Amino acid sequence: MNSFPWLTLLIVIPIIGAIVLAAMPRESVTQAKKVALAVSLITLIVTIVTLFQFDSDSDQAFQLVNSYSWIPALGVKFSLGLSGISIVMVGLIGVLMPLVILGGWNEADDAIGSVKGYYSLMLTLQALLFGVFMATDRFLFYIFFEAVLIPMYFIIGRYGGPQRQYAAVKFLLYSLVGGLLMLVAVIALYVQGASQLGEGTFDLSALSTLQLDSGIQKWIFLGFFIAFAIKAPMWPVHTWLPDAAGQTTPGSAVLMVGVMDKIGTFGMLALCLPLFPEAAQFFAPFIVVLALISIIYGAIMALGQRDIMRLIAYTSVSHFGFIVMGIFAMTSQGMSGATFYMLNHGLSTGALFLIAGFLISRRGSSLIESFGGVHKVAPILAGTFLLAGLSSLSLPGMSSFVSEFLVLVGTFETYQWAAIIATVGIVLSALYILWLYQRTMTGPVAPGCENFTDLNTREKWSVGPIIALIIFFGFFAAPVLNAINPSVDRVMQQVGVVDPQPAISDNVTIPVDENAVVPLEREANDGEGGQS
Amino acid sequence: MNELIASVFETPVINYRQLSPILIILGAAVISVLVEAFVPRANRRVVQLVLVFLALITAIIWAVTGAGQQAITGEGAIAVDGPGTFLQITILIVSVFVAMLMAENRLDPAGDAFTARANSLPGSEDEREYTNRGWTTTELWPLFLFSVGGMLLFVVANDLLILFVALEVMSLPLYLMAAIARRRRLLSQEAAMKYFLLGAFGSAFFLYGSAMAYGFAGSIRLGDIANAISALPGPNGLIIAAVALLSVGMFFKIAAVPFHMWAPDVYVGAPSPVTAFMASCVKIAGVGVLLRVMYVAFSGLAWDWRPLFWIVSIVTMLVATILALTQTDIKRMLAYSSISHAGFLLIAVIALNPQGIASTLIYLVVYATATVGAFGIVTLVRGPSGEATHLSQWAGLGKRSPLVAGGFAILLLSFAGIPLTAGFIGKFTVFGAGIAGGATPVVIVGAVASMIAAFFYVRVIVLMFFTDPAEDGPTVVTPSPFTGIAISVSVILTVIFGIFPQPLIELAEKASIFIR
Repeated sequence: MNSFPWLTLLIVIPIIGAIVLAAMPRESVTQAKKVALAVSLITLIVTIVTLFQFDSDSDQAFQLVNSYSWIPALGVKFSLGLSGISIVMVGLIGVLMPLVILGGWNEADDAIGSVKGYYSLMLTLQALLFGVFMATDRFLFYIFFEAVLIPMYFIIGRYGGPQRQYAAVKFLLYSLVGGLLMLVAVIALYVQGASQLGEGTFDLSALSTLQLDSGIQKWIFLGFFIAFAIKAPMWPVHTWLPDAAGQTTPGSAVLMVGVMDKIGTFGMLALCLPLFPEAAQFFAPFIVVLALISIIYGAIMALGQRDIMRLIAYTSVSHFGFIVMGIFAMTSQGMSGATFYMLNHGLSTGALFLIAGFLISRRGSSLIESFGGVHKVAPILAGTFLLAGLSSLSLPGMSSFVSEFLVLVGTFETYQWAAIIATVGIVLSALYILWLYQRTMTGPVAPGCENFTDLNTREKWSVGPIIALIIFFGFFAAPVLNAINPSVDRVMQQVGVVDPQPAISDNVTIPVDENAVVPLEREANDGEGGQS
Repeated sequence: MNELIASVFETPVINYRQLSPILIILGAAVISVLVEAFVPRANRRVVQLVLVFLALITAIIWAVTGAGQQAITGEGAIAVDGPGTFLQITILIVSVFVAMLMAENRLDPAGDAFTARANSLPGSEDEREYTNRGWTTTELWPLFLFSVGGMLLFVVANDLLILFVALEVMSLPLYLMAAIARRRRLLSQEAAMKYFLLGAFGSAFFLYGSAMAYGFAGSIRLGDIANAISALPGPNGLIIAAVALLSVGMFFKIAAVPFHMWAPDVYVGAPSPVTAFMASCVKIAGVGVLLRVMYVAFSGLAWDWRPLFWIVSIVTMLVATILALTQTDIKRMLAYSSISHAGFLLIAVIALNPQGIASTLIYLVVYATATVGAFGIVTLVRGPSGEATHLSQWAGLGKRSPLVAGGFAILLLSFAGIPLTAGFIGKFTVFGAGIAGGATPVVIVGAVASMIAAFFYVRVIVLMFFTDPAEDGPTVVTPSPFTGIAISVSVILTVIFGIFPQPLIELAEKASIFIR
């Protein structure tokens, strides 16, 4: 059932690019950048072609499957596939990569590592990120999950700010802690599978048929969940993120916070829930509480930051709280919203980090107090920053509003109190974004900011598409939600939960468009979405 | 008992075909002694090298072509079975690369890694004169061959007496080999002394345990002991004491905590190629024997020895990794890393299932592969007074010599068990066997220990790649093809086993049945 290896291509093209770049001479700086951009554009084209082949009405759990034998002795396959949840992330990676390269054109110039090395690492990172989200074999997923760390670690450690060593090691150790816990869980699941199915397998659909003892299920669930919570990152295991994001280059920060951290929430939704339905329901209330703490804590910490990059990192902790809450609310709106949120957060945070990068490269400092009155000298820069910020605070009309609203509605159905408290997070988000804007962009022009040039063409091309997408999805979320919903329904079925009752959900249609409630109509009409 | 007595009167049946690898190596060792006696000093090195590599390669060919023909031979004293043959071939192949490291003579301006004359006083006029004459300790080679021969016998020995003899044949040459470093000779001699005393101590434990096992079972054959245990009506103090003493003897050899004290000092003091030999081949042989004795003779007593092994495994992993954190010397750090690997290997011994055997074999292969390369690279980084082993001297190596630092980083990642390196496959299979064998808590400790271990491996990578080199830092010397090949093969295999482990796993699974 192998289709044309589109998905394999998505991994192979950036890897080839990375090898070519690594083989280039150290002196070829501009050439390396051009090669990297070209490779990322080719990858983008392949991504778009792939996205168009995805059929949102299909009843397959995974589409465009590429499956090759790899280590038969362990039952491991190199198998890739797209679900409605992963396709969102694959699209995001494909789109962000060329923009990140364009936006961070000069960010590796003065590092101790070479420029070609930087882009080689970035392309490797891209290939591995594609792999994580497309892997349908648990072993392969684990390999990608861990392998992603290595290029990111070297990017932070060789191209980051003054505290880069500390940040890189902290990042790596936190992730390894999670990764090794997950390894134990992966093996335990494998052993359970081997004893129940007769032979060891890592295939997701085979593993989801296991009848796990509820005690064992809880332990294995925790192994996976802690790994994903560190990755996401949730309070209280979030502390690596501000350091890592604050020290690394803005371009790689986009990939780290915007894409890599989504592995955590993706894993919770696409792995934890289908594999361990009982344990997931058992732990859901606790996790919702942790998510709430993340929302409020991240927002308050963001308010207290003096460094723009760290501030954006803390806003992400808050946003990830929303995503996790949406997932563990166990309603279809919550999950669809959370999945859509992953895309929107990637876009809005991506834009924020890129523009912050433009600011920092102009001023040579990332402290908020170094800026002031920027909108007088660089109005377009300030304007795009405001738009990205508004998207981050989920202003209606921006795509993130749709997802945040879905998450809150979905949560309200099962955890009313949580949804109510979470709205405080929205208020706080308005506060930290607008206050940041006020301090950096308005007021008298701060010393050092007088000679700011406005965005040049390269920078406009870098942020423009992201802002365009944010607004486009804000008004027209249907195509994305249509792709997400069948997969979310499937997860709901595997967990064995149904939405409480559809009465409340009618309200969902008001703010956005009628497509947002597709999952509910689907269930009401035919209840399809056959078990995979 | 009757069988034993009756057999005395028959001609013993010996399957020479199955024993040929051992005989080839030991025969070559004898010839090697004669070479020392009769070949003029100027030609000795070349003759010895030709002899050693010829012997090793012939033995590999015989072992590989003979693999699969299992036999209990030598009147039941030797069991050439799957794991035995697998380990023999592994030891032989690893020995080839270790021999390459030992043959290296371009790194040190004065010659190879071994002293000109072992009996000259360190720092004396004598020593200087012999060094100027370009002498070197070619006696190394017969010692090396005897030790390899002992290991080959050790992993197929089927009774406790042969085990003990093989243990001594393997160990005695090592004590001498540890003492003949060219640089820092006092340290080297101290290391040898320590190794000898503690090694003898361990051997005594082993012998005492063997005597008790004989007293209990009336036989030294592993299979007979197992039968006697299964016929046992209730608990028996004698055999428990025997198991405990035998385990302690073997824990000494594989350097499991709390019997690891000798390892860091000996690893640091011994010449690096010899350290590579100890860390790889001795560990392979020791763990192989531990596995055989526990699985074949004492599996019936698993309820009694497993708790002990649980504790030793947990303590080994934790203590070794935590102590490794505080090390500032690269060889010492690798020594503690090697100790921690003994702890991981014990997980597979505890598992007591076929996966346990297969995963031990896999782990030993990937561990030995990386170890030889790592110590090989240690010999390359040199200051004015020999190897630059202080960690701070490795700062910025990635900038000065990206290839060497890159290779070392891959080996360290493999030690840490990061995916896509061979070490991950080893850890994965061992953890899998452990969970399947009901040792999940130990596996969890293993995961925790892996995290701690990752920290100190990564610290070296940070040093090499993220910091600027010091002004008067060491240089990376270009080695002769000997070391170059050994290191490259080690790094390449580490990556290949990481990405395509299928053949290795298949072979190990095929070889994972003991006969008795």
